[in-house]
Formats: sequence, structure tokens, C-alpha cells
Amino acid sequence: MKQLNQILEGFGSAVQLLFQSCRYIGTLPRQRARFIEQCYLIGYTTLPIVAILCFFMGSVLALQAGYSMENFGAKQFIGSLVGLSFARELGPVIVAILVAGRVGSAITAELASMKVYQEIDALVTMNIPPARMLVLPRLAAVLVMMPVLAIIGNLIGWFGGAIVSKYVDSIGIEPEAYFAALRRFMEFKDVFTGLVKAEIFGFVVVLICCSIGLNTRGGPREIGASVTRAVVTSLIAILVLDYFVTKALM
Amino acid sequence: MPAMPSPLHRNPITSAESPAVGVTIEKLSKNFGRLQALKNVSFDVEPGEIFVLMGPSGSGKSVLLKHIVGLELPSAGRVLIEGRDATAEGTLESVRIAMVFQAGALFNSLSVYDNLALYPREHRLGTEPVIRERVMRALQILSLENSATKFPSELSGGMKKRVAIARALVMEPQLMLYDEPTSELDPVMAATISEIIATLKDEYHVTSIVVSHDRELALGIADRIGILMGGALVYLGPPADLKSPADPRLADFFHPQIDLKNPRFKNLET
Repeated sequence: MKQLNQILEGFGSAVQLLFQSCRYIGTLPRQRARFIEQCYLIGYTTLPIVAILCFFMGSVLALQAGYSMENFGAKQFIGSLVGLSFARELGPVIVAILVAGRVGSAITAELASMKVYQEIDALVTMNIPPARMLVLPRLAAVLVMMPVLAIIGNLIGWFGGAIVSKYVDSIGIEPEAYFAALRRFMEFKDVFTGLVKAEIFGFVVVLICCSIGLNTRGGPREIGASVTRAVVTSLIAILVLDYFVTKALM
Repeated sequence: MPAMPSPLHRNPITSAESPAVGVTIEKLSKNFGRLQALKNVSFDVEPGEIFVLMGPSGSGKSVLLKHIVGLELPSAGRVLIEGRDATAEGTLESVRIAMVFQAGALFNSLSVYDNLALYPREHRLGTEPVIRERVMRALQILSLENSATKFPSELSGGMKKRVAIARALVMEPQLMLYDEPTSELDPVMAATISEIIATLKDEYHVTSIVVSHDRELALGIADRIGILMGGALVYLGPPADLKSPADPRLADFFHPQIDLKNPRFKNLET
């Protein structure tokens, strides 16, 4: 019962924070320096790890598919399998998980430490709403950067699959054939669906991490506990949302 | 009792005229679970007054201060600032209240200059040169001109306190709240802080509510002193009456006797 209360309380404060932030959308143009800084932190600094992970996920997917599909004489469809898997599912989910682990944890740690050391209280006494200064630029930045990261993740994942398909002897599919298969079965809707998912996952992750950070109470030890809670909650939210968003977009 | 209208006084930073404000605490109670932190506390602070709130640790002083600035919501009773409820929307917009936190609460990711410039920038109180002038004036008042580019992590405890006061001054406050402004400071710095609080009252007519354990500060600058014990207000009056209080609790608090042979500590002897 207590845990259910905590979950509902957490959900309520996240929704409340979202509405508070939306009240200040008009202030976004004059917060462009903060917005750009957050775009840099969310997008640019996450890019290398997105690239590495997507490359190897694409490679492994092609490798596994190559061995399995060979039995059915369907190796030529590896490109479409990797392409569709990445565009519809793996790309947005991997990027969202990385954003939760890398950016979300940093956001929670920063806001929780500001809360513990009374910086948030100082902002409130200065009549500067934390939702305006600390949350809104992050939410706006993640909305802009998530599709970019997802597109780059998709491209690198497809590229990883193509490399493995060409250079692993047992597969041996030329990039032209790989990408022809990818194009043949891929529609714009598949990529668009993935981008919508990435957008939703990223937005929810940043909202959860901001909310948990701003609701931290206690001393320095609670900062670590908040970060753990934020990342775990974000990961669960990504996977739960993935099911419902996929079903809704089908 | 509603605050009396006060004359306009020059602001310390911009020379603009701004009225000091009065504060009324009305039957204020606060519970944290079973703990009753404040018990039916009532008093008024007049515009331009220095009111020092004292009491042993855990007596509810800081909690009361947080109620004034709207960081805590009362369990019962209310706080009025110029007749307006402190928790009502718009009160913080209409009255400039600055709070100096015990640990400074400086923004660690910003330089001293940016810490001070944050308020005027966020509230668009002028162009960058105007804000710069305002910030530098506040830094000058606190003798911090050479620390403008430093970050809070590079400052000593005393300097952090001074920066926190400078940041409060930049807000051109009508009401200043201080939470233990002289704790962790050496006597010279503590005296400087006391002088700053007194100057803000004498020259700029800023209303000040100071939470402190510092007896010297309280007796030196307070117009009136309130003493909280166990969440209840046990004394409210001028500092002169505390020099030889009749109430033994106040006498113990204000003039503690040091007993070097206290039997409680006998087992500490080697």
C-alpha cells in the first residue's frame, strides 16, 4: 500500500511539474542559452555512446540473423530485418535507455544536490520558478535532440549490419544487396513510428528525472538514492510505454 | 495586526524609493508528523524593524523563517506580509523578500558575479550594463569586488555568507530574512555582518528578521527579540529586558552557567 502511494505520488508530482513547466513556454526564447546548453548535453555528449552501441547492436543483429536465416535460404533479407528492427524498435529504445542512464542520471543528481543544498529554496525565494529555469529548457532540448539521436542511431545500426553482412564469410552479402533489401521493405511510416517513440521516451525520461531530483529530501545520501530511483523508474517507463505506444501506432 | 503604512526609503543598490514591509505571524502552528515544531506562535514585526528570533537548537526558528518566505505551509494559523497571506499566489511577486540561508545556498555552478546577476536577469530588471552596475555595487558594499569571478567552491565560509548577503541586496529587498548569519564566522566577520544588518535598517529602512544564537548580535542590533523554546514563543520584548531576566528558562538560555565539575560528565574523566 505504501509503495502504491509512493508511485501515485511520484506520478502526480511529475504531471504537476509538466503543467508548471508548460505555463512558462513563452519564456523559452529568452532562455535560448540554457536550451542550447541542454541540447549540447543531451545530444552531442550522448552521441558517441549512441554510435558505439548502435553499431554493435546492428552488427550482432546481422550476425544472429545471418546464421538463423541461412537455414531458410533467406539471407538476402538480413537488410530488411536489421532495418525494420532498428527503425521501429531498437533505435528508439536504445537511445532512450542511453539518455536515461547518461543524461537522466546527471539531471537527477544535479537537481537533487541543488535541492539538498537549498539552491532550489533560494530560487523559490527569488521568485524564480525551478520549473521555468531548470525543467523547461531540458524538456524542450530533449524534444529536439531525441529524433536526431534516433536517426543517427538508426543509420549507424544499419551501417553496422551492412559491414558484418559483407565481411563475415558465412553471410557474405554485398552492401548494395543489403541496402536494397532494407529499402524494399522499409516505409517512411516505419521510421516515423520510431521517431515518435523516441520523442515520447525521451520526454518521459527527462520529466521523471527532473521530478525525482526536485522532490529529493534529506542529506547527501539521498542524492544517490534519487539517481538510482530515477534511472530504474525511467527504464521501466520506457519498456512499459514501448508496448502501449507500439500498439497505439500499429 | 495589519502593518502600519511606512515612509518610503532609498534602496541600497539603486537609490530607488521602496517601502519597508511589516510581517504578522498569527497563531502559527506546524506539525511534522507527531512532532509539533511550532505551537500557536503570534507576533508582529514592524516595517523597518530588526527582529531577532532566538532559541535553543530545534526550537523551530528556521521553520518559522521558512513559513515567512512560503517554503513551508502552516498546519494552522497564517503569516501575513503587508496584510497579504505569504502562501497566496502573487505575494512573492508583490513584495521583494530576500533570504540569507545558513549555508549560503549559493548556486555552485555559477560564479559569484552570476550568482548576484541571476535575479535581475531573470526578472529583466535592466540591460546588462545596468545589471553589472547593480551587482558591482552590492559586491562593493560587502567588500567582495575581487571575488566576482570566483566560484562558491573557492570561497571560505565567511565569504560565502557575504556573497549570500550581497545576492540578497541585489534583490533590493523590502524584507530581509537571515538564518544564522554569523554562525561559523570569526568574531570580526560576525561584527561586520551585524554592522551590515544595522546599516540596512538605519540607512535604507529594510525590515530584517534574524534567526540567531549569537547573543552579542541580538543585544547589539535588535529592536526586539523573540525567544522560541520547544516551538512556543516564551519571550517577546526589547533586548534590555533580557540582561537580567526573571524567567529561569530565559536566564539559563541567555546566561548559561558553566560548571566545570558537572557530575554528568564525571565518567569522561580519566
